[in-house]
Amino acid sequence: MTYHQYIFLIPLLPLVAFVVLGLFGRKYFKTSSGAIGTTALLASTVLSLYAAYNYFFVDGKVNGVYQKITAFKYTWLEFAPNVSIDMGAIIDPISVMMLVVVTFVSLMVHIFSLGYMKGEERFATYYAFLGLFTFSMLGLVLSTNIFQIYIFWELVGASSYLLIGYYFDKPSAVAASKKAFIVTRFADLGFLIGILILGFYGGTLDFGTLIERLTSTQSTQFIAITTGSFLGISMLTWGLTLIFIGGAGKSAMFPLHIWLPDAMEGPTPVSALIHAATMVVAGVYLVARLFPIFSMDPAALQIVTWVGVSSALIAAIIACTQTDIKRVLAYSTMSQIGYMMFALGVSGNGGEEGVGFMGSMFHLFTHAFFKSLLFLGAGAVIHLVHSNEMKDMGGLRKLMPITHLAFLVACLAIAGIPPFSGFFSKEEILLAAFESNKIVYGIALFTAALTAFYMFRLYFSIFWNKPAHVHNEHHGEGTVSMKLPLVILTACAVGSGFIPFANYVTSDGVPFLSEMHLTFSIAPVGLAVAAILVAMSMYKKQNERPTKVAAAFGGFYKAATRKFYIDELYLFITKKVIFNLIGRPAAWIDRNIVDGFMNLLALITGAISEFIKGIQSGRVQSYALYFFGGAIGLAAVFIYLWK
Amino acid sequence: MASIPLSHILFVSTALFFIGMYGLFTRRNMITMLMSIELILNSVNINFVAFNKYLYPEKLDGIFFTIFIITIAAAEAAVAIAIIINLYRSHKSIDVEDATELKW
Repeated sequence: MTYHQYIFLIPLLPLVAFVVLGLFGRKYFKTSSGAIGTTALLASTVLSLYAAYNYFFVDGKVNGVYQKITAFKYTWLEFAPNVSIDMGAIIDPISVMMLVVVTFVSLMVHIFSLGYMKGEERFATYYAFLGLFTFSMLGLVLSTNIFQIYIFWELVGASSYLLIGYYFDKPSAVAASKKAFIVTRFADLGFLIGILILGFYGGTLDFGTLIERLTSTQSTQFIAITTGSFLGISMLTWGLTLIFIGGAGKSAMFPLHIWLPDAMEGPTPVSALIHAATMVVAGVYLVARLFPIFSMDPAALQIVTWVGVSSALIAAIIACTQTDIKRVLAYSTMSQIGYMMFALGVSGNGGEEGVGFMGSMFHLFTHAFFKSLLFLGAGAVIHLVHSNEMKDMGGLRKLMPITHLAFLVACLAIAGIPPFSGFFSKEEILLAAFESNKIVYGIALFTAALTAFYMFRLYFSIFWNKPAHVHNEHHGEGTVSMKLPLVILTACAVGSGFIPFANYVTSDGVPFLSEMHLTFSIAPVGLAVAAILVAMSMYKKQNERPTKVAAAFGGFYKAATRKFYIDELYLFITKKVIFNLIGRPAAWIDRNIVDGFMNLLALITGAISEFIKGIQSGRVQSYALYFFGGAIGLAAVFIYLWK
Repeated sequence: MASIPLSHILFVSTALFFIGMYGLFTRRNMITMLMSIELILNSVNINFVAFNKYLYPEKLDGIFFTIFIITIAAAEAAVAIAIIINLYRSHKSIDVEDATELKW
């Protein structure tokens, strides 16, 4: 059990890097800060890989079941006996899997940034923020109770805010960071209320106890939470839905997704780390963490399913129309997370029923690799072209062969072409959807085809289409530190699909054998290949077809380009409705009534003091008069009144 | 010897007291104000002596008080005149209306 003792080091090392670089970086480690941050992360990665090896292959399994182990627990705030907030580390299949994903992708991003961010004025600050983010994310993953996860959840949001707004001299980046923070914060309000509901009825915040109490139908807590209702909906559904709102905000699910595309204002490696591979899957992780409770409540699962599947579809449609490559990737992220969400929604708990859960986690795992690869590849492209727009690119395959290959592999993976990793995980999800709900399956299948289409639209637009016209050709692909992560991640994007995931990560810890049905794979793979061919015919060479197709779709195309006017809708609601109907009256009350009362008090005080001030005139004779007046008054009192 | 009644003496002392008060409040010259204060103190002295004589002829407490007050009045006059001289040096005037800086 040795690795339990140092598991706390995994999140702590990035924190140390953050503190050291944040306090002393700008002064003392101006150039070496990247190396310091990367070294800390490397140590974390090695430790988490070692922990994963030990957990999955040495001592995690007892009687064929993967155990939930609390590596350590420290009571932090004790409000009353048995009501406390603990800080601890939980080790179970999903947390160990996430540890590996987070540290590994973070390490790749650290290495990539060595080249990408070279020469930045605030290089040390950048690495400090990366360290803070990694620490928060690892803390979130290891949380033993729902309140600890909330604390780290907010920390993750704060570090995401800092990183999106890294170029704070750019007004759009500032606006994007504020938007991301406000939208996720708004969603977190739901999360907090959900925590309170579950905590109130469950009588504990600890995940293990909470799940134990709220999943046995006989327990008093379960009866209380299911019989208690508000507006005709049981408290269990309320609690889970509110928690899911928090998760949906962080995971950019429709309709709280509006912050994610704007978050692309941050440096590209940050987008790879936070807004593709790690932070945005926090919502999925949260639902997975509480999955046994979710599985007790079909209504909440329905919400998860439909929010997930609609996000997947809407995002995929929007992604087909965007021209900023990072935005395309952002929408594709949202779409893939939608996949993970609805996979959880259609999943059952335990055994073969839990194939959706397994598929979701599997997709989370493989998606982290190929999506961070896509973002880092896009970063390399942007580094060369100095633009995010597709029209400035084209024909780059000869200029950057490694990036080209990596991007191609990642595109194949996300499109679900065997034998790349995305194929395997997407198959599991589609299988789960097929067994549970045919409509969801249909939408998912359509989305898969769309995914293949827009990814290859992106790929062909960047690397083929028209001849290259980049001026600074000496730039090439960047430094070794930029190429190395691409190569490693490419290997992962190819290889990670072959991991027999069902042997390790399942909803109840019992491994099962997931079978690949060859006949089942025909539909998604065939559709994906067809979509790729369509994309090829439209974008491999410059031609008129894209405009014709766009014209054929007419208004729908225009709506999709404008992201279905959701941003405008939000602006309308906030600026026109909330600001006018709630904000302005509230401001009026604040200014006139609350402030007015305070001003009145000040005015009265002022008037009184003005009067008292007049008495102290500096004229000795008046003082003498007051004195004698007082003496006479006192004499009168003592003589006539004080009997 | 026809004895003078106590009330006559008290009348004199009261008159003296209010003359002093009047001077204190109406005069602007500090020396005159100081003199007015001396009048007030002396009216008190008369009271002490008179009460001692008429009510407790066998005791001397009132007389002693009077002597104390005279001593203190002398000391007070010395301090007051010192203040007035200093004020005159800085203000070139001994008018109380000119020395009203000590305020808010």
